[in-house]
Amino acid sequence: MKEQLYSYLLMLGDNSMILAHRLSELCGHGPSLETDIALTNISLDLFGQVRNFFQYAAELKGGDCTEDNIAYLRTEREYYNCILVEQANTDFAHVIARQFFFDQFQYLQLKQLEKSSDETIAAIAAKSIKETRYHLRFSSEWMRRLGAGTEESHIKTQAAVDRLYPFVDELFTASAIEKALSDAGIAMDPGTVKAEYEQETKTVLEEASLILPDAAPRFAQGKQGMHTEQLGYILSEFQYMQRAYPNMEW
Amino acid sequence: MVREALQINNPEVQRALESVCDPEVPVLSIFDLGVVRKVDVLEKHVQIDLTPTYSGCPAMDTIAMDIMTALAEIGYTAKIKHVLSPAWTTDWISEEGRKKLEAYGIAAPRNQQVDKRILIGGASELECTNCGSTNTQLVSEFGSTACKALFRCLDCLEPFDYFKCLK
Repeated sequence: MKEQLYSYLLMLGDNSMILAHRLSELCGHGPSLETDIALTNISLDLFGQVRNFFQYAAELKGGDCTEDNIAYLRTEREYYNCILVEQANTDFAHVIARQFFFDQFQYLQLKQLEKSSDETIAAIAAKSIKETRYHLRFSSEWMRRLGAGTEESHIKTQAAVDRLYPFVDELFTASAIEKALSDAGIAMDPGTVKAEYEQETKTVLEEASLILPDAAPRFAQGKQGMHTEQLGYILSEFQYMQRAYPNMEW
Repeated sequence: MVREALQINNPEVQRALESVCDPEVPVLSIFDLGVVRKVDVLEKHVQIDLTPTYSGCPAMDTIAMDIMTALAEIGYTAKIKHVLSPAWTTDWISEEGRKKLEAYGIAAPRNQQVDKRILIGGASELECTNCGSTNTQLVSEFGSTACKALFRCLDCLEPFDYFKCLK
């Protein structure tokens, strides 16, 4: 059970961390000063949440395991984030759609985890959900603004939805660990919030004059450590300092 | 509210802790901010429970260091524990803290209802910290630090920060 809990914490942390890294790539490159600040602030909140998950994971592991080892010193197959969050920044519509699809999921997930029988997970969830609620408000407002904005912003946002939505299905496919831990009252079985997710997402998209694509879900196994080539590029930059200067501290 | 709940039976330690402020909003002491949850003084050693405002707020590390320094100066050692639960809320900012924020030019957090209306683009009910006009407008939901949003006054044209409501 302890080993499973450890892996579960890595999965929770990796989702937020890889997305936080993607957002941090936009620092100084946002389409406007306000959105630049917003995306990097969201990144900062996410990194803070990741630290809480990884500090707890390091404590469980014991020995000389630290949050930094966990974050920086794993190989690609040992990261368990979903494929959605590793998708490249391309244009602003993609950045916002990726954020919206994730925020909506994360909000529902944290709401469940607040009731986790594991006290530390419940405490981290109760802390994080306040921030995530704010992120969700930001990303869903931008979905409406872009989708119902100009002809061009609508076309670009619909294209982002068409491309990214097929990755959403992975979020709701429970891994063996999620199944085992949700039976124990620790984790959330993501299948249980799927209907609510679809309803909430549909409401925002309708207001944004956007439609959900009919396309079949993409086969994705990020939770099992199987990634797209995107993650390799992310990690080569993300891990550079620790690989070049082992054990360095900021 | 938070302050009353905190019993520190050591005036010397109390004074030292009161001198520690939020590095990003230097008018607020850590008590005004409501991040000190528990203080235990055992002879020359102090144990403190601290709760973060935002998960990723870099000021928390600085605050912990400043506490150690302030206590070391009066001959105390300190151990700081970060506690997440119950999670911090802007309701824990003291009345005095709110006044200090406004005087410093940062609008203090309003209740959730007002905040929601502001963020979906409805009329703002926030008074400008410079001239008091409510003819103000949200410029950015995110500001210079994790805890702030940016507004501007449409009468005196001055920009000002708003301490985001977090509940």
